Amino acid sequence: MPEKTSPEAGRSTVAAAVVGAAELTEATIKTQGQNKPRSLGQDAWRELRGSWLFWASGVLLVIFIVMAAFPTLFTDVDPRQADLRGHYLAPPNWSHFFQGDWFGYNGQGQSVYARTVHGARASIIVGVCVTIAVTVFGGLVGMLAGYFGGWVDGLLSRITDIFFGIPLLLGGLTLLQAFTHRTVWTVTLGLATFGWMQIARVMRGAVITQKQADFVTAARALGAGTGRILFRHILPNVLGPVIVVATIALGGYISTEATLSYLGIGLQDPVVSWGVDISAAQSQLRDAPHVLLVPATFLSLTVLAFILLGDAVRDALDPKLR
Amino acid sequence: MAENSKKSEAVDATPNVSEVEVSDASTTAEVEAVLDAPVERGEPILQVRNLVKHFPLTQGILFKKQVGAVKAVDGVSFDLYQGETLGIVGESGCGKSTVAKLLMTLETATSGEVFYKGQDITKLSGRALKAVRRNIQMVFQDPYTSLNPRMTVGDIIGEPFEIHPEVAPKGDRRKRVQELLDVVGLNPEYINRYPHQFSGGQRQRIGIARGLALNPEIIICDEPVSALDVSVQAQVVNLMEKLQDEFNLSYVFIAHDLSIVRHISDRVGVMYLGKMAEIGTDSEIYDHPTHPYTQALLSAVPVPDPDAREGRERIILTGDVPSPANPPSGCRFRTRCWKAEDKCAQEVPLLAVPEVFAGKKTPAAHESACHFAEEKQVVGAA
Amino acid sequence: MTTMEKTANVPEPRAGDDTAPLLEVRDLHVEFHTRDGVAKAVNGVNYSVSAGETLAVLGESGSGKSVTAQAIMGILDMPPGKIPQGEILFRGQDMLKMSGEERRKIRGSKIAMIFQDALSSLNPVLSVGYQLGEMYRVHQGLSKKEAKAKAIDLMDRVRIPAAKERVNDYPHQFSGGMRQRIMIAMALALEPDLIIADEPTTALDVTVQAQVMDLLAELQREYNMGLILITHDLGVVADVADKIAVMYAGRIVETAPVGELYKRPAHPYTRGLLDSIPRLDQKGQELYAIKGLPPNLLHIPTGCAFNPRCPKATDLCRTDIPALHQVTEKDGAELAGRGSACHFWKETIHG
Repeated sequence: MPEKTSPEAGRSTVAAAVVGAAELTEATIKTQGQNKPRSLGQDAWRELRGSWLFWASGVLLVIFIVMAAFPTLFTDVDPRQADLRGHYLAPPNWSHFFQGDWFGYNGQGQSVYARTVHGARASIIVGVCVTIAVTVFGGLVGMLAGYFGGWVDGLLSRITDIFFGIPLLLGGLTLLQAFTHRTVWTVTLGLATFGWMQIARVMRGAVITQKQADFVTAARALGAGTGRILFRHILPNVLGPVIVVATIALGGYISTEATLSYLGIGLQDPVVSWGVDISAAQSQLRDAPHVLLVPATFLSLTVLAFILLGDAVRDALDPKLR
Repeated sequence: MAENSKKSEAVDATPNVSEVEVSDASTTAEVEAVLDAPVERGEPILQVRNLVKHFPLTQGILFKKQVGAVKAVDGVSFDLYQGETLGIVGESGCGKSTVAKLLMTLETATSGEVFYKGQDITKLSGRALKAVRRNIQMVFQDPYTSLNPRMTVGDIIGEPFEIHPEVAPKGDRRKRVQELLDVVGLNPEYINRYPHQFSGGQRQRIGIARGLALNPEIIICDEPVSALDVSVQAQVVNLMEKLQDEFNLSYVFIAHDLSIVRHISDRVGVMYLGKMAEIGTDSEIYDHPTHPYTQALLSAVPVPDPDAREGRERIILTGDVPSPANPPSGCRFRTRCWKAEDKCAQEVPLLAVPEVFAGKKTPAAHESACHFAEEKQVVGAA
Repeated sequence: MTTMEKTANVPEPRAGDDTAPLLEVRDLHVEFHTRDGVAKAVNGVNYSVSAGETLAVLGESGSGKSVTAQAIMGILDMPPGKIPQGEILFRGQDMLKMSGEERRKIRGSKIAMIFQDALSSLNPVLSVGYQLGEMYRVHQGLSKKEAKAKAIDLMDRVRIPAAKERVNDYPHQFSGGMRQRIMIAMALALEPDLIIADEPTTALDVTVQAQVMDLLAELQREYNMGLILITHDLGVVADVADKIAVMYAGRIVETAPVGELYKRPAHPYTRGLLDSIPRLDQKGQELYAIKGLPPNLLHIPTGCAFNPRCPKATDLCRTDIPALHQVTEKDGAELAGRGSACHFWKETIHG
């Protein structure tokens, strides 16, 4: 085995073989020459670019995210500034675009427009943070259960099943009740604790399918360790379905946060949030429906945008599904 | 080779194989030294002894109870000599792919040994096992699933170097990958492309390049061309033969296509239901088969030449291969065999040179696991 | 009817005429519209099958052999598939011009198909007997009991042992060979005039392959059916076919009676294929390999599609598409049924 002991010798044999292969190479270049390197991700992006769902949801989400990050770009009115005497339940002034009175005033004389703009932050932060936490934790649980199988899978899957038995809303309610002072972070914790199971299930199924793939066997045959197999081979191939589920679930978390706040268990007053505003507006629904409808519309649009985005991403990642 | 070994010892359970010189290396470093030692051409490099793999059949959700076992591989022994190609043929479910996995230590053997240079690799783990992996590589059947779709060709062929960094220094790797692409007949500029941009034959070349990267001594090929088009099959078979000469490789070539196996192999083993039915050189098996299963298998192969098939006798077997979870007693082929007698149901025939041929200088004197072995020409004149 | 067919010297077949071919495909084109462009899968295929005759369509993946069959059966996915031109005449009637209802009547009862993968072609949650009986219940309105009796009869006919006991078993309880027999039984149920078998034995083991092919050939003789056998395996074809059409890149490149093709191929592609399969009875040195790759259907080479891989290609081959020439002996005597779409067929067949 000369090429085993000395890499130099190995390379010279390789070089000798090059000559023999040259003829074949020529023929292959000609027939396959038009292709440019293109990853599956790039393919998905090409697909996304042509999808109106993606653009509609994308535009909406960009607006909401900019709103959450820089609310002052949209309004310079302080959402907490109350003028009961001047503005109590004042109706909207539809022609005053981007003004304080565009969407009228609420029961405390605060600008509904300003509150809705500022409320985006809490909702989106909760949604994004819960999703990240859930994807990381649920993904990890699912990956371990799926990859190792056996008793690890048995244990983790049963725990997942137990948590599945607790409705997200009920679990969140019970847990958050324990906190007297609730911020965006406590709500995130509450929702993440009871929201990770779906991702874990999706991840487990996808990992079980992928770990039997020949390329995983090939990596094992090369002597690859568990870490390399999991993170280099399996993870990139299961990310697709997980991203889709996570995106769609994100909308759900935002609406759950609003529901909790509506029930008075979520975010609390000094925090401006859509849920808090919807909750406060319920008593005045007959006199001033706009106070409820405006934040409710924004909430629905955000949730819808995330769900549409998830659909568009799924179509792009797996065109066969359509 | 095998025929020259002591034939009088017919009681030996594994008479078709040579004596194993078991290595006495005990520490990891010693084992690694044994594994890196060169083997002379024609000497045994891989010796498989009584290899058994049973997959347990279980019942119950929480407390699993074994209710039986699928006897995928049930006592297989053979030798692989340095520089040769050993073909293993058989129908689906005969256990040939499980043998491949066992040789790669991708499955744990239920019992039996696989000696690589005298070292039983079924008992190795950790660094020593990693050293074995460097020397024994594999080419897979399906070129569409054996390459990670999310990795570029450069990453796929370069991965062996990341796992075994001692083989190629970091700065050298890209160049090595390009050389490997060239060796297998692909354009080195394709290094940044993804597998889905290639055709089946090209992907199989990528798989072969990955298998070659570590300069292995043995390559286990599990149906490497059966997923390819006929015109591309020939290209890949030729490439594999060329590489064998250039890199001094030994192949275990597993396939169901008897014609291709004959073309590429020096010796051929025929498997049926987890056991080796017959083994010998390619002309012993193809031109002088003595096991009825081999004869039936060969006679069933469609030959693309209407003239050559005129004189051929076709043996059409009745029924299907029995389930490996519940194989027949005695000889496993007896349920489909036209020669079967009571003896076949009671006694398991050993894989040995049949008594009728023992000591005779005829090509029919090779190992065949049949009580009533007799020579029968089925392929037609060569 | 386009002018093209009028100039072609083919007598117009009448319905019910015994001498007319059962099925005739004329100048069929199929294309698929994909994101990357138009893939031309079938580019002007002509072939015909008569009752009792077996036509083998030989080709590699992407040659258009299966797409042609799907077009005949009317099970092509449209879109993305499209049939821009061509005719498929069944007993003289163009099926492409028929209504969906008319075609449905032909499908199953007049033309049946057998697929490669029997496991995925059978419904896993219904018993085999139920699925076989369904044909009779739907098409002939038989009662459940009568249909079951017919199903047992069919299973007997394709020689499934213990048909009576196994009629209520589910597809996964049968072995691969038995499942393929069930598929054949299903295709036979309504005694069709024509069976299209798409790689019927590719998924089976050699010993079982021989059993299934024999059964198919025997049943064909018994019922005097036309059979189109689609395969990539030159060996399987040699056993049962009467005539062979070799396809490459959506065109028929050579037609011949079965024995002739192996002895004297008249197209370099056929010759290359024959030379590139290893022989069981000979151990050669290096295999002959056709260089290069099968063409990308999005970019079929100009001229003869085989020219980049052909050892004999000249400039003529790179510019002109060769027609299917009538192949003759050296002295000019016509060889019946032989055609070759090669500019240099004479050199190829006569050396």
